[in-house]
Amino acid sequence: MEDNQVREWHPFIGPFDPCPPVRVKTYVVPPNQFITFQPMNLPQFSPAEALRLGTLWPSLYSNYTSKRRGEVVTDE
Amino acid sequence: MWIYDKKLQYPVRVSKCDPRMAKFLMEQYGGADGELAAALRYLNQRYSIPDKVIGLLTDIGTEEFAHLEMIATMVYKLTKDATPQQLEEAGLGAHFANHDGALFYENAAGVPWTASYIAAKGDPLADLYEDIAAEEKARATYQWLIDMTDDVDLQDGLKFLREREIIHALRFREAVEIIKEKREEKTYY
Repeated sequence: MEDNQVREWHPFIGPFDPCPPVRVKTYVVPPNQFITFQPMNLPQFSPAEALRLGTLWPSLYSNYTSKRRGEVVTDE
Repeated sequence: MWIYDKKLQYPVRVSKCDPRMAKFLMEQYGGADGELAAALRYLNQRYSIPDKVIGLLTDIGTEEFAHLEMIATMVYKLTKDATPQQLEEAGLGAHFANHDGALFYENAAGVPWTASYIAAKGDPLADLYEDIAAEEKARATYQWLIDMTDDVDLQDGLKFLREREIIHALRFREAVEIIKEKREEKTYY
């Protein structure tokens, strides 16, 4: 949809950790983090699409995919 | 591990016998936005937050314990020589009945400290914004406390603590910027 909202980081892995290490962890940085005051006249979704997605503006939309069953958060 | 320095972060002088003020200062001792809540909030968040900001949480969380000691010193100085009658007149009768002259983690209204004052959401942005809000609320509390006393020496210590809240809020906002950064984008200063 928009540029990547998922950040990856690599936690410290100890030599004696009891469980198989998760080497890459992720978190989401949604687009509201980069807008201090929303500019006028941004491109808009169609009304039907906006009602479904929860926002009128594509540049404010943040997709979230379930991480269940080992799926990784993606932005599409 | 911590190394303890047997001195206060900033000298605490109290020059007016005013047990009533001790009761109000308890808000920063065992209150929702107090120093105990701050220290425990930050030190607990360290484990699951991205490693780039762990050090900041350790440093600020540790400093909050130094602030807790300063508040404890203020409260102790204001109550240690008060008679039961004086404590009762200061609104500390109920405290005295339970604790005598001992300090206890409760707010100005006598409500005991509870872990629900602090949050750990596991999301770095949610946790850091919680921390920023906590610092701003503590700054406001210090302002109201400074408004409540005319003891300039006590005000001096409280003004130092208020300023530290401002600095900590900025450091947490810097941490948010670090968290927002894209890994692949190198920033050069």
